[in-house]
Amino acid sequence: MNNAIAVTGLRKAFGDNVVLDGIDLDVAAGTIFALLGPNGAGKTTTVQILSTLITADGGQMRVAGHDPDREPDAVRDVIGVTGQFSAVDSLLTGEENLILMADLRHLGKAEGRRRAAELLEQFDLVDAAKKTAATYSGGMRRRLDLAMTLVGDPSIIFLDEPTTGLDPRSRRAMWQVIRQLVAGGVTIMLTTQYLEEADHLADRIAVLDHGTIVAEGSSAELKRLVPGGHIRLQFIDPGHFEAAARIFSENSRDDDSLTLQIPSDGDVGSLKALLDRLERESIKVGELSIHTPDLDDVFLNLTGRPHAEQER
Amino acid sequence: MTTLNIAATDSATMLRRRLRHFIRYPSMTVQLAGMPVIFLLLFVYVFGGTLGDGIGGMSGGRGEYVNYVAPGVILMAVAAVAQGTAISAAMDMTEGIIARFRTMAISRASVLTGHVLAAMLQTLFSVAIVVGVALLVGFRPNASVVEWIALTGVVAMVTFALTWLTVALGLVSQTVEGASNLPLPLVLLPFLGSGFVPTDSMPTGLRWFAEYQPFTPIIETIRGLLVGTHIGNDAIISAAWCAGIALLGYVWAKKLYNRDPSH
Repeated sequence: MNNAIAVTGLRKAFGDNVVLDGIDLDVAAGTIFALLGPNGAGKTTTVQILSTLITADGGQMRVAGHDPDREPDAVRDVIGVTGQFSAVDSLLTGEENLILMADLRHLGKAEGRRRAAELLEQFDLVDAAKKTAATYSGGMRRRLDLAMTLVGDPSIIFLDEPTTGLDPRSRRAMWQVIRQLVAGGVTIMLTTQYLEEADHLADRIAVLDHGTIVAEGSSAELKRLVPGGHIRLQFIDPGHFEAAARIFSENSRDDDSLTLQIPSDGDVGSLKALLDRLERESIKVGELSIHTPDLDDVFLNLTGRPHAEQER
Repeated sequence: MTTLNIAATDSATMLRRRLRHFIRYPSMTVQLAGMPVIFLLLFVYVFGGTLGDGIGGMSGGRGEYVNYVAPGVILMAVAAVAQGTAISAAMDMTEGIIARFRTMAISRASVLTGHVLAAMLQTLFSVAIVVGVALLVGFRPNASVVEWIALTGVVAMVTFALTWLTVALGLVSQTVEGASNLPLPLVLLPFLGSGFVPTDSMPTGLRWFAEYQPFTPIIETIRGLLVGTHIGNDAIISAAWCAGIALLGYVWAKKLYNRDPSH
C-alpha cells in the first residue's frame, strides 16, 4: 500500500449547498499532507468524511485500503482524529481521559496505564495529570486532545486545524510534535487556514476553495505557479514617482498610492544596482520593501482574493 | 473479542465515565433526589391529613396517607432521574468528545448504554433516599425480603425503560433547554394516575386516562409489593408497558445517534 489515503471525485452536499464538488487526493504513507483553504472551503467536511464521521454523496475513497463508508470500523481501527473543537472530557482529569481512550481501544489495564503515563510525559502534562480538563489552558487542552488521539498508535492521523486559537509558542510546540510523529512513520492529513503552517509542515499541499482543489503540489511547486518576486517602491513626490517609472520601464505602477513594483529575485547585487540607479538620478524613495513569493501570493493568484481576511 | 464482549466492555467503560461525572458534579444527583422528597413532605404534611381521611375513612389521617402516597413518590423519583438523563444526554452530545467516540472502533450504542446504566444506579440512590425519608415520616410497609427484592427489580425495569426513552428525548431536542422540557410530562404522570389519590375519585374522562396510562399499573404493582394491596394483572401490564417503552426508546435513541451529525 503506497498511498495511505486515495480519493477520487469526492462529493458532498448539505441540502442545496454543495460543499465538496469532486475532489481528488493522494496522500503517500509517512508524509504530511495539508489541506489549505479559507473557512467554508470544505476542509473540515473532507476530514469528517475520511474519518467516518459523516458519509459521502459520491466518489471513491480508500483510507488505509478501506472504504470509510462501507467498512467504517476497519478505518476507525487505524486512524486517529483531532477535531477542530476540543474532544476531551472536561469533567475527567487528564489521566482519566487517556485511560478512557486506552479502555476504548481495549489495550488492557496495565498497558493502558503505561501508555497514559508515557503520553502525559511526552506532552508535558505530568503536573496536570490529576486535574480536570476543565481547568486546562487552551494549549494544554490541545496537547491532551492530541495525546488522546495517539493512545491506540494510529497509523493515519487527521488533524483539523490543530493550531487554531493557540498562542505562537504553543503553536511551535504543536508543530514540533507533528514532525516527531511523521518521523515515527505516521501519515498525517491536516487542515489549516494558515499558509505559514502548511509551508512549515507539509510535504504536499492542496489548496481548497469552494469545494474544489485549485492547486496541489509541494510548497516550492506552488510558489512557482505565481509571478516571481519584486521590489516595491513607494514615493512621496509624484514627480519622483514619474521619473522612476520612466527609468524602470518594466514595472507595474499604482498611481493612487504612488508605488512601483519592479521584478527582482531579491538578491543583493540587483538590489544594489537599483539603489545606485536611484541615487544617480536623485530620486527620493519614501519606502522600499523586498517581496519574495509566498503562499499568500499563491492563494491570491488562485482564488482571486487576498488571504489577509483569514489571517490572525 | 466477540461483538457482544466488545459491547459489554465498552458500555462498562462508558458507565465508569458517567459515574465519574456524578462524582465531579454531584449537585445534579442531589437535586434529582431532593425533588421527590420535597413532594413527599408537601403531600404528607400539607395535604396528608385531609387526603388521608378521604382515603381511609374515620381511621385515615396522615398516617394512612403516607402509606398510600409513598409508591407514587417512588415512581416520581424514577421519573425525575429520567428527566435528568435527558438533560445530561443532551449536554453530553454538545461535547466534542462525542465526535471522537464516533471515529473510534467501539460499540456504537455504548455511549447511550453508559447513560442508561448510570441513570439506573442514580435512580436506586434516589429511591433509597425517598424510602428512607418516607420511613422517617411514618411510612410502614409490610413487605417481606422477597417483596423488597421484587420491588428493586420493578424499579430497575421501569428505570431502564424510561431512561432509554429520555435518552432519545435528549438526543432529539436540539438544545439543553428543550431536553429539560420534553420529558416534563413524565414527572406529572404520577398525578394523573393512582399516585396521589385513587382514580375512582376522578371525573369520568380523566379517570379513563388515569386507569389506562402506564404509570398506574406500575404504581399499583409497587403499592402491592410494599403494603400488600391487590396486584392482579398490574405486574404483567407494567412489564408489557416497560418492554414497549424500552424498545421504542432504544431503537429511537440509536437511530438518532447514528444519523449524520450536522457539521
